[in-house]
Amino acid sequence: MITLSHYLTLSAVLFSISIVGIFINRKNMILLLMCIELMLLAVNFNFIAFSRYLDDTAGQVFVFFILTVAAAETAIGLAILVVLFRTRHSISVSKMSSMKG
Amino acid sequence: MAEQIIFYAFSCLLIIAALGVVVSRNPINAVMSLVLCFVTSAAIWLLLEAEFLAMILVLVYVGAVMVLFVFVVMMQDIESATLSARFAPNVWPGLVVGAISLAELLVVVWVRREGLPIAAVPEPHPADYSNTLELGKILYTQYVYAFELAAFLLLLAIVAAIVLTMRERPGLKKQNISQQVSVRKEDRVRVVKMEPESDA
Repeated sequence: MITLSHYLTLSAVLFSISIVGIFINRKNMILLLMCIELMLLAVNFNFIAFSRYLDDTAGQVFVFFILTVAAAETAIGLAILVVLFRTRHSISVSKMSSMKG
Repeated sequence: MAEQIIFYAFSCLLIIAALGVVVSRNPINAVMSLVLCFVTSAAIWLLLEAEFLAMILVLVYVGAVMVLFVFVVMMQDIESATLSARFAPNVWPGLVVGAISLAELLVVVWVRREGLPIAAVPEPHPADYSNTLELGKILYTQYVYAFELAAFLLLLAIVAAIVLTMRERPGLKKQNISQQVSVRKEDRVRVVKMEPESDA
């Protein structure tokens, strides 16, 4: 019997893995974006599981909007990344220190 | 029973793929692991009877967003990115923070679950139930303004991505449309009066 807690546990494990990923890969911007995608996936898991177990379709509508916003965010983030790589020839986060006095 | 086997198999695959995203050194491997994450998640969403969103996840995420990721990873040189990610000095703080957050979430889910519908397993929907129909019914009535806003947000993302990545090439010959439209007859046509000529 798969209960709501199983799905929530899976989502919690996924969320924690992506938190660790943000710490480990904090130098590479493209991996940071991927870890954020993973976090959003974990949140979507919660929404869909609650929508199923509380029998309310509104949760799935929220997942729909989260997917939309995440796709827009990824498109703009990758565009910024392309511009950054074109001007500075590096995507390392630690080299972005031109604002430092 | 089959449900449990599917759930545990795809969950293990999902967690392994997520670990692959986090620890892989090569960005291409990370992108491929993320694709596997999305596909297995879509399978588990099918188990939760969210068929429309599972299909959207595969089509939009695996089909479009991950292709964008692969494109950007291929465009930059992988070697330098791999080298810069080789040594991460803060693995241990990350593991500690991750363990703490996991412990807190598990305590909320398994110990302090006040009012969560734990024992109740919902009945499966009948065979003629359409998830897409149900989703559309409330998406186009109750949430129609949010839906329009989402459409506007996507338009904004298109414009922003194009404007950010567009660059002007010097020496490019192109039309000036406003100049073309606002041209008048006097600028282009010259009427020449002349006497009729004859060979007589």
